[in-house]
Amino acid sequence: MSDHHDHAEEGSPLTETELRVRALESLLVEKGLVDPTALDALIDTYETKVGPRNGAHVVAHAWADPAYKVRLLEDGSKAIAELGYMGRQGEDMVVLENTPKVHNMVVCTLCSCYPWPVLGLPPVWYKSAPYRSRAVLDPRGVLRELGVEVPEDVEVRVWDSTSEVRYLVIPERPRGTEGWSEAELAGIVTRDSMIGVAKVQAPARGGRR
Amino acid sequence: MNGIHDMGGMHGLGPIDREENEPVFHHAWERRAFALNMAAGFLGEWNIDMSRYAREQMPPAEYLATSYYEHWLWGLERLLVEKGLLTRAEIEARVAELRRLAPR
Repeated sequence: MSDHHDHAEEGSPLTETELRVRALESLLVEKGLVDPTALDALIDTYETKVGPRNGAHVVAHAWADPAYKVRLLEDGSKAIAELGYMGRQGEDMVVLENTPKVHNMVVCTLCSCYPWPVLGLPPVWYKSAPYRSRAVLDPRGVLRELGVEVPEDVEVRVWDSTSEVRYLVIPERPRGTEGWSEAELAGIVTRDSMIGVAKVQAPARGGRR
Repeated sequence: MNGIHDMGGMHGLGPIDREENEPVFHHAWERRAFALNMAAGFLGEWNIDMSRYAREQMPPAEYLATSYYEHWLWGLERLLVEKGLLTRAEIEARVAELRRLAPR
């Protein structure tokens, strides 16, 4: 049990970190400052209800409805709220459209700001030192490392999030998806494509569900 | 003043490690640390900028050696003490008590 760096000494199976979390929770609950059922509800919300499927719905709707896309690019928060997605860490949303000429990608160099209502909580790599440091230094290199080759004649724009402004990328709609339903479109939109570090791929012929 | 959190442009921090099908949380304690931060934030004693600032006060070497939700936990402890909601002594006493009671 001692192979992990944060395990407590003296052979306790609880790590120092686990002990501290339990200590804080028990003290805050005893003092009536925190309700344990509210904690469970928060965890359930962010683990099962809020996530990138919300963003995929927004993107698919924008692909399918040009008027919606115009509203989305004009006022991200308002247009996203039309679909029922709103809440903390998404109060001021800016939506960016990837095109054959411009590739947008999003980072938070200072910490982990991220559009929770449409993408959920950020993945570990997004919050990690390597991505935060290099996304602004060598964006094309970072994209290549993550499997996206952006041609030299395509402009790369890197957006550094703040606690006020959060970004959502509309990836390019892949060829071969003409006539697809919104639900089918949403099914191919990935989290990473909405951060701007992946392209959306249409499944090979016959792969359509 | 700059700080270790201000990472944009730093060199040498290694490759990006992207996990396939990553879970929202990796450990049970991360769920509780996340929810405690949110719920304590709802008390209205501080705002989002204050909570980020608190995390940024972690000593740089410790910041680099610990995980994201450990930063959150560290910042939360600091804010709770600063705002007088808990004392450092009662936190340490409770940690010690739980360590004593923990199954071995």
